[in-house]
Amino acid sequence: MSAGPMVKAEAVHKSFGRLEVLRGIDLEVNPKEVMCMIGPSGSGKSTFLRCINHLEKIDAGRLSVDGELVGYRQRGDKLYELPDREVCQKRSEIGMVFQHFNLFPHMTALENLIEAPIRVKKASRSTAVAYARALLDRVGLADKTNAYPKQLSGGQQQRVAIARALAMDPKLMLFDEPTSALDPELVGEVLDVMRRLAQDGMTMVVVTHEMGFAREVGDTLVFMDGGVIVEAGKPRDVLANPQQERTRSFLSKVL
Amino acid sequence: MTDIASGPAAPGSQAGPRPEAIKAIPVRHPWRWVSGALVLAFAGDIVYTFATAPDLRWDQVWKWLSGRLILEGIVITLELTVLAMLIGIVLGIVLAVMRLSPSPVMSWVSWLYIWFFRGTPVLVQIFFWFNLNTVLPHIGIGIPGTPLHWQESTNLLISAFTAATLGLGLNEAAYMAEIVRAGIISVEQGQTEAAQALGMNRLQLMRRIVLPQAMRVIIPPTGNETISMLKTTSLASIAAVPELFTRSEQIANFTFLVIELAIVASIWYLAMTTVLTIGQYYVERYFARGAQRELPPTPFQRFRRMLFTFHAPPPPVPDVSVSFPPGRR
Ligand SMILES: Nc1ncnc2c1ncn2[C@@H]1O[C@H](COP(=O)(O)OP(=O)(O)OP(=O)(O)O)[C@@H](O)[C@H]1O
Ligand SMILES: [Mg+2]
Repeated sequence: MSAGPMVKAEAVHKSFGRLEVLRGIDLEVNPKEVMCMIGPSGSGKSTFLRCINHLEKIDAGRLSVDGELVGYRQRGDKLYELPDREVCQKRSEIGMVFQHFNLFPHMTALENLIEAPIRVKKASRSTAVAYARALLDRVGLADKTNAYPKQLSGGQQQRVAIARALAMDPKLMLFDEPTSALDPELVGEVLDVMRRLAQDGMTMVVVTHEMGFAREVGDTLVFMDGGVIVEAGKPRDVLANPQQERTRSFLSKVL
Repeated sequence: MTDIASGPAAPGSQAGPRPEAIKAIPVRHPWRWVSGALVLAFAGDIVYTFATAPDLRWDQVWKWLSGRLILEGIVITLELTVLAMLIGIVLGIVLAVMRLSPSPVMSWVSWLYIWFFRGTPVLVQIFFWFNLNTVLPHIGIGIPGTPLHWQESTNLLISAFTAATLGLGLNEAAYMAEIVRAGIISVEQGQTEAAQALGMNRLQLMRRIVLPQAMRVIIPPTGNETISMLKTTSLASIAAVPELFTRSEQIANFTFLVIELAIVASIWYLAMTTVLTIGQYYVERYFARGAQRELPPTPFQRFRRMLFTFHAPPPPVPDVSVSFPPGRR
């Protein structure tokens, strides 16, 4: 791990056709930090997360993870696109958790966890299984090893999804509204897992509307609107004392 | 305050005693009986007419039904079906993945293939392969300007059986490609993204994540294609491949039992498609695991339920605790 920031964005731009979704994002996430992102629907939060692990290509600016550009290699003043193989390799070092879990429905919880370590990292089956069991235990689902996703509650599915991402031993975890699809009484169990992950020193970028979590766990809070960062700072300050009018009006709607 | 809790339906208390189960007289469906009787009468008349047709030699039908020549024909029919479907499925999957590939070359090659093979009759395609030797006496491959070269006489390379297998299989691949493509598209985009986010490459995520889930959509039409293929193999008679239909025709030619042998062939085709239909249910059940909480009913369960629904709505199925899901490996 290099000493610099884990994620560094400089003037990141991204358009879909004529729609400019990201219009110059600058931010840094240091190792072991948790950054929470909030903002109205369509402000580009998901798009930014997806750019970090190259599910989307950025159009302008620079975006790097752990000191290396995402999706490109720089030689002299020229940028070269990375071949697919290297993009996959980079992605395998970043975990991602989705709003709708996206577990593989034809595999049991355990099989969901061991699939990528075996196929992508070429881990041996026994190592992968042992690690997967430990992770399922860690998210409190040791008894659901052989359950299929459809047989699990939403909260349990999301915890399996987190464990699946952790099975690759990522250096960075991205969460895209991990609790938005959950019934209110199931939100807590997922946030608990994330809180412990943060305590264990994982670097995390979390798009969320759980202000309590942001205030308690986040090291920084970023408010995005219209493809730009409107305000950023310590969660407590931003939430209690927003400097921008747009932040104030957004917070007054969600708090 | 203390008295309220003793009431029978106090909130939070245990459920009250279960009332008596409903015993209602089911709705009558007189027209089902009338239409059923009409259909039976009509079917009975057809059977009777054929059974008693004076010039129809039923003894010959039974005799040829298990004749050695017919049985040999069945083996070839089955071989053709299996081989053609294998070519069709494997090549179909390849074509579907190519069609959805980001590479325009791949996508276009696949499009052209499907356009050509779907656009020409399979009978003509078998005919083409069978008669290829008349224009190309030798077939070979090699790299120009090098000694790497290999060629063989077309007659040796493409027997009648091979011509029929190629014709049927390559044609089938075009249809299977569309079926597989529909299956792949039916898989939620989130699945691909989750697999990509884990670092899986295109081939891995197709093979391990997308295709297994696409199977649920792919299997039913593939079953239909197989059943259809079993009957389409009769077109191999154009290349004189001695499959079931060719054989029954040949026998009819020297015994003059034309309708009798057509009946023999039909009985066998029906028997084989019936077995395939039953097999299809079980394959579908296997690939439905994880997709539904409960497995679809087996043919037997369906039949039982159908018997019930004939005169009344189905009673609640007593045993819904189908063991789920079947363990893998
Ligand atoms: N693949 C795509 N093609 C075209 N437009 C897209 C695509 N993905 C996102 N967009 C558009 O980009 C904009 C930002 O989307 P994004 O999903 O990043 O917003 P968000 O902040 O995550 O919103 P939400 O809170 O609703 O999830 C939206 O207007 C959306 O319609
Ligand atoms: Mg979003």
